[in-house]
Amino acid sequence: MSLFSFFTRSRSAPVARDRLQILLAHERSLSGQSDLIAVLREEILAVIAKHVSIDRDKVNVKLECGDQVSTLEVNVEVIDQPKSAPN
Amino acid sequence: MPKVMVVTSGKGGVGKTTSTASLGAALAQSGQSVVLVDFDVGLRNLDLVMGAERRVVFDLVNVVQGDAKLPQALIRDKRIDTLTLLPASQTRDKDALTEEGVKNVIEELKEKFDWIICDSPAGIEKGAQLAMRFADMAVIVTNPEVSSVRDSDRIIGMLDSKTLRAENGDTFEKHLLLTRYNAARAARGEMMNVQDVLEILAIPLLGIVPESNDVLTASNVGCPVTLNTPDSMAAKAYSDAARRLRGEKLEIVEPMERKGFMSRLFGRKAATA
Repeated sequence: MSLFSFFTRSRSAPVARDRLQILLAHERSLSGQSDLIAVLREEILAVIAKHVSIDRDKVNVKLECGDQVSTLEVNVEVIDQPKSAPN
Repeated sequence: MPKVMVVTSGKGGVGKTTSTASLGAALAQSGQSVVLVDFDVGLRNLDLVMGAERRVVFDLVNVVQGDAKLPQALIRDKRIDTLTLLPASQTRDKDALTEEGVKNVIEELKEKFDWIICDSPAGIEKGAQLAMRFADMAVIVTNPEVSSVRDSDRIIGMLDSKTLRAENGDTFEKHLLLTRYNAARAARGEMMNVQDVLEILAIPLLGIVPESNDVLTASNVGCPVTLNTPDSMAAKAYSDAARRLRGEKLEIVEPMERKGFMSRLFGRKAATA
């Protein structure tokens, strides 16, 4: 084991290169979108909050870009409002 | 046609200020008139690296805010008469700069100099954005190390979207300056090599500056390395990079440390003793 690690100990540069390539491919695909998601989130929330009360921490906005179709997923948890409930 | 060039990196401590001083000095030594502008408001250091720290009276913030005229703030280098420094303020913060004010200062500098070299602060906040805003071209200083390469990638993205030229759809030259490069470690696979970094960042290479004691010595004494030890490998790397900036086609060779028999036997200590 020690002999093996002596010969392989220092080749960490390829690991660095591969980690960066994967990370940056991901980060580049996100650049420019983070602002859009923040804007969408705020405007969608403003509209919903006009009519029902919501917990701002329980809102999830997700944008997925595919080759053919991109989807925008919005999950909003609505707080129970017993007063306004019809039953 | 004057050139406005930003020296930037995202990450701190990779050699922006050293590279600004060295490239600026090398360009000035070749006869170009050069002004170095320190944008690191609150944490200025270009004055110190240039050995002009005791000559600062007025600074960039004073000029931007109209408290001083531009010529009052310019410090002429005592060794090269075509080299000038516009220092940053040490007591203010980066909010003291405005886009309009910076634009006016750069326009005025363009009338007097061939090269306006903007030393960017680290980070991606307002100070860094103002340093790059009016640039025609950029030198991205990168160490062959993961966090530096990642931050450089981020800065390249900003140069492509937040500069005035990018917004107007004009071409924007970007050059990679690889600093603190240790060819021996790269050859042993302990450090990313030139090809690794170029493959990831995908911008043209301006030069490779080896990790060198001469660079530290130069900043210790407040003299750009191209002036202090012109025959050192680091100085040659910067001088060649400056010639490439002027359009010369020079082949880039990887700086290989030439070790003598004794230093091979006794390692680093013998080499530096």
